[in-house]
Amino acid sequence: MEWASQLCENRGLGSKMTDSKYFTTTKKGEIFELKAELNSDKKEKKKEAVKKVIASMTVGKDVSALFPDVVNCMQTDNLELKKLVYLYLMNYAKSQPDMAIMAVNTFVKDCEDLNPLIRALAVRTMGCIRVDKITEYLCEPLRKCLKDEDPYVRKTAAVCVAKLHDINAQLVEDQGFLDTLKDLISDSNPMVVANAVAALSEIAESHPNSNLLDLNPQTINKLLTALNECTEWGQIFILDCLASYLPRDDRESQSICERVTPRLSHANSAVVLSAVKVLMKFMEMLPKDLDYYGTLLKKLAPPLVTLLSAEPELQYVALRNINLIVQKRPEILKHEMKVFFVKYNDPIYVKLEKLDIMIRLASQANIAQVLAELKEYATEVDVDFVRKAVRAIGRCAIKVEQSAERCVSTLLDLIQTKVNYVVQEAIVVIKDIFRKYPNKYESVIATLCENLDSLDEPEARAAMIWIVGEYAERIDNADELLESFLEGFHDESTQVQLQLLTAIVKLFLKKPTETQELVQQVLSLATQDSDNPDLRDRGYIYWRLLSTDPVAAKEVVLAEKPLISEETDLIEPTLLEELICHIGTLASVYHKPPSAFVEGSRGVQHKRLPPRTGSGESTETPDVGQSGPSEAPPAVIPSQGDLLGDLLNLDLAPPTATVPSVQPSMQMGAMDLLGGGLDSLLGGDIGGSPSMGAGLGAAPAAMPASLGSAPAVGGGLGDLFDLGGGVGMPTGSYVAPKTVWLLAMKAKGLEISGTFARRGGIIQMDLSLTNKAMSVMTDFAIQFNRNSFGLAPAGPLQVLTPLSPNQTIDVSLPLSTSGPVMKMEPLNNLQVAVKNNIDVFYFSCQYPLSLLFVEDGKMDRQVFLATWKDIPNDNEAQFQIKDIHLNSDVASNKLQGSNIFTIAKRTVEGQDMLYQSVKLTNGIWVLAEMRIQTGNPNYTLSIKCRAPEVCPFVYQCYELVLKN
Amino acid sequence: MIHSLFLVNASGDIFLEKHWKSVVSRSVCDYFFEALERATEPENVPPVIPTPHHYLINVLRHRIYFVAVIQSEVPPLFVIEFLHRVVDTFQDYFGVCTEAAIKDNVVVVYELLEEMLDNGFPLATESNILKELIKPPTILRTVVNTITGSTNVGEQLPTGQLSVVPWRRTGVKYTNNEAYFDVIEEIDAIIDKSGSTITAEIQGVIDACVKLTGMPDLTLSFMNPRLLDDVSFHPCVRFKRWEAERILSFIPPDGNFRLLSYHVSSQNLVAIPVYVKHNISFREGSSQGRFELTLGPKQTMGKAVESVLVSSQLPRGVLNANLNPSQGTYTFDPVTKLLSWDVGKINPQKLPSLKGSMSLQAGASKPDENPTINIQFKIQQLAISGLKVNRLDMYGEKYKPFKGIKYMTKAGKFQVRT
Repeated sequence: MEWASQLCENRGLGSKMTDSKYFTTTKKGEIFELKAELNSDKKEKKKEAVKKVIASMTVGKDVSALFPDVVNCMQTDNLELKKLVYLYLMNYAKSQPDMAIMAVNTFVKDCEDLNPLIRALAVRTMGCIRVDKITEYLCEPLRKCLKDEDPYVRKTAAVCVAKLHDINAQLVEDQGFLDTLKDLISDSNPMVVANAVAALSEIAESHPNSNLLDLNPQTINKLLTALNECTEWGQIFILDCLASYLPRDDRESQSICERVTPRLSHANSAVVLSAVKVLMKFMEMLPKDLDYYGTLLKKLAPPLVTLLSAEPELQYVALRNINLIVQKRPEILKHEMKVFFVKYNDPIYVKLEKLDIMIRLASQANIAQVLAELKEYATEVDVDFVRKAVRAIGRCAIKVEQSAERCVSTLLDLIQTKVNYVVQEAIVVIKDIFRKYPNKYESVIATLCENLDSLDEPEARAAMIWIVGEYAERIDNADELLESFLEGFHDESTQVQLQLLTAIVKLFLKKPTETQELVQQVLSLATQDSDNPDLRDRGYIYWRLLSTDPVAAKEVVLAEKPLISEETDLIEPTLLEELICHIGTLASVYHKPPSAFVEGSRGVQHKRLPPRTGSGESTETPDVGQSGPSEAPPAVIPSQGDLLGDLLNLDLAPPTATVPSVQPSMQMGAMDLLGGGLDSLLGGDIGGSPSMGAGLGAAPAAMPASLGSAPAVGGGLGDLFDLGGGVGMPTGSYVAPKTVWLLAMKAKGLEISGTFARRGGIIQMDLSLTNKAMSVMTDFAIQFNRNSFGLAPAGPLQVLTPLSPNQTIDVSLPLSTSGPVMKMEPLNNLQVAVKNNIDVFYFSCQYPLSLLFVEDGKMDRQVFLATWKDIPNDNEAQFQIKDIHLNSDVASNKLQGSNIFTIAKRTVEGQDMLYQSVKLTNGIWVLAEMRIQTGNPNYTLSIKCRAPEVCPFVYQCYELVLKN
Repeated sequence: MIHSLFLVNASGDIFLEKHWKSVVSRSVCDYFFEALERATEPENVPPVIPTPHHYLINVLRHRIYFVAVIQSEVPPLFVIEFLHRVVDTFQDYFGVCTEAAIKDNVVVVYELLEEMLDNGFPLATESNILKELIKPPTILRTVVNTITGSTNVGEQLPTGQLSVVPWRRTGVKYTNNEAYFDVIEEIDAIIDKSGSTITAEIQGVIDACVKLTGMPDLTLSFMNPRLLDDVSFHPCVRFKRWEAERILSFIPPDGNFRLLSYHVSSQNLVAIPVYVKHNISFREGSSQGRFELTLGPKQTMGKAVESVLVSSQLPRGVLNANLNPSQGTYTFDPVTKLLSWDVGKINPQKLPSLKGSMSLQAGASKPDENPTINIQFKIQQLAISGLKVNRLDMYGEKYKPFKGIKYMTKAGKFQVRT
């Protein structure tokens, strides 16, 4: 509030004409003076006093002591005074709930005032006072106002329902306000309809599956009528609501589209974009041969272009959405390339987005223009922008084959400028061009080599090394070049190290005679002097491959590489579809599914584009790859995946800036590494001639024992890759699927789901931690409250790497049973606290008692008999286990997996009697008799235990184990 | 919906906050300040900033950041449009939208913000409705209010609020009935080194000032309506009539408003009204550079090009410029390297030029960026797209109004690359 005190000093008593006079204070007794003025008989004096109070309030002074005096001023027919008092009430009611009650009477009275403005004001203000006692009194006036004769009051009351729901959802439901609100959708006044829709949408957000907005053709018709007549804001609410409707057929879809298109000419850009969303979604249902479909496509372009002439921040949101639209339907804007040309005084965030869209729209028809522009941008001042422009040139080359030559020469021109970061970016993209068009542009290698020394960024160095390795046979001094990098091997980044290793192996396979020493040097650097497991693993694989079977090595390492695809960083189609349904929202700005948003995730259901219903069109796949021959041939891998997709050739990052959607495809790449990569290694011709291996005689001896002794390549590699299938667990023990224990919305974005397992006598708590917030989470720790069986973490929670947004990490926490004991209700309840860098969160979960069944729980028969008799009959509990279709042997095997041991079996009159024992970690024995009648799926279970309270939980375990 | 609003001044102080739901601590703005620090220029702050629990959406207007806080999924354009409306309203009420004006009228500002949003839902954003609810402060009214004790808050429900024509109040009366329309076009263009047009487009608006008694119903027709294929209308325009007959038919709001805005895209041929001859060169190894610039009219349909202002961001290596303008005055700021030349009017007989030398840092290498030249100009009585109003008719009222149409062309983002 610095400004305010400054204000007081500056203005002082000087300017009487402005509100700042209310800030002038008299020394002491200010409150006292105000009190006197508030109780004055003169209306004008009262009003001035309230104004002073409000002014003090806005600068953070505590004027709550005046509460009763201010509330007394509420009963007035002066509207301004009334409004000011209301402002005061909204601020202080929460801190003085008891006194706020004093105001209730006036509110209730005002709700019946003759002037609709006052009725509306009263109900509106009452909804803003978040005090329970007041909300109770709000219900009746609100009910009246919802049915008021004046639409202004009704529309205000509609919003008030949303407010009340935010304070007390249960109350709103109990009072039936939701139904009244739904009725308002059919109101005669469009403004009331719009507000009812807005209120319902907001309530629906916190009610995931409530189906509050029950849309049917009749309500849709009402909404469409209201759409034409309500305010711009109301139009946005209605359009957003329409977008969630699923038309029954293409005819309904078309008629909605026809009635929505006029909104494209609205001056409010939010209305336009919401209309675009509805149209983009519903046109999916229209048959493509329909004339109207073409008309609609044509109508969509101009409003989108117009958005780009608006203020930069509007442009930014529009561009992010256009990025989605051109991926879904490139035909809409294919002739509008020029509007995306960058003006030099555009803000940087607009520039970068425009560049992205230019590349998406680049085609043979406009490539010359685009290239000329990009070259212009590459000489601008802003480094980030220049870099992206250079990359864009490379992407054009890859996308439009006819332009590749021109792109390469443009890139060479740029390299000649010797501007360091330009050169490095150019080399990175030229590497991609080589991959896309092998054996075409290698003449430029000489020029690239000249710039070797100036490269200081890992990505550029790695790219250059890849080029040298890949074309080693054409570069006379390839060995010298690579050797020069080797000197500082340990100072390089992993990316460069991996690349260098691969490049030198390639070089060796191409020129074996001169480079033996080099390859041995790099292999030993990688395997012995490095702490990086990836590097070591790869080193060993090469080493083994080369020493065992050089021919196979050659086939593997120098294998033909898959081509990279032409479109990069495309959003994955299902995500794209979902985002198209959310055009204009935050999700569309971040290109992330709405579920990734913390507070917004509550009620979001995954939206899908509607299926096309037109005749003969239904088989069509989403037309993302529509641009002619780019219908991805199977050999093409997305270049995002090539980071890991191809173990032996590339470690280079994708040629574009990363987009949020990278993660899934990266994981796919990793799967490839384990699957395809291994297959091809093992599938190689292992029995090949060893003639080339001679030079490597010393290699196996240098291998560490763990690997050196592996008899076959396959075995060694198998070991190396044995990170696949997860933890090997003993058969039989049932582990329940993970359930969500902690909701992200309750834990500032941290979601925890988990389950319990007993594996080889060790109790484990398997957790999945998911970061749904926008910032990285670190410093995880866990603690349990005292519990019935003394469960406690046996070690710290091992989350080694920070958890980045949208990432999930699986952790197994070993548990001991030596912690402090306290009986819980229910018995198997466990209260857990998890801490991270943001906060501490609490949740409770229940574990299956079978977690505590120890492995040595098999009781001696005699002891069993004696114990059974010893335990009083009162302690016996009987249960029915229904619908089990197992015979007694299978059942007893199953139970044994969970440490429920069958000691004896008796068959009496077609009835199997199984006698079983269980021992808990704290030494309590549980004895059971299970009766199985052939042909009857219901088992009878009798459980006896000295601590009978465990019996129901043991029964639970039986049921769980037998049913799964 | 919109949770809170913070106003931040150029030096990074929050000078006003308003909450429509529960109070959001102003510490949430720290994320905004971080972004502000990272941005190289004030206008480079990203419009949408995520924080762990909120999203901050901001616009920069009149050197004030309007930072809105939202918590759930809200269309960002909705928020941005609303913020624009707030700025417009302040300007409308106080004449200027500055920190001082807002502080001077803090109670009115609060009353306005309270009236514009309810629980985050827009309530009344139309200027004429707001003005009926809360009277704008004028010196006269303040004096009158203090003497008579009357109020500046309207007692009645604004008439426009719920009528079929919410934009117009009823019972309007004027002694002089007049309707003026300004057709204003801004031309955005990028011209390359050789003088050919890379892209050019026109953003046009028709702003109206209508002071007519009663409920007039106007129609406006154009000589060449086909130019208008990409238009955004004021809600008062009857869209069906436009679709069918290409005639603008509407009941106008009272006072000033924007009737429509339109866009003539780069696919149409756009006339370029000025040309620039330039020679900005540096020699390798010399600490001097040449600077020559000549402006001339081109495709102006015989109208004069006025208020010409040329500006250019010279390369960082330039220490000073010693230039000689044939008319007007120029300034060069050695810190920001911004050269600006106030030319005035272009005389086709004697073309304005600016010639001279630039001095570079001794020993520095030749700058490798090419400065872009930004040009501003005005042409009166011309709509460069060729748009012409055919006639304006009034129905529904009996009197005869004064009618007037004015045309003007201005440069928008008009850039010449060198």
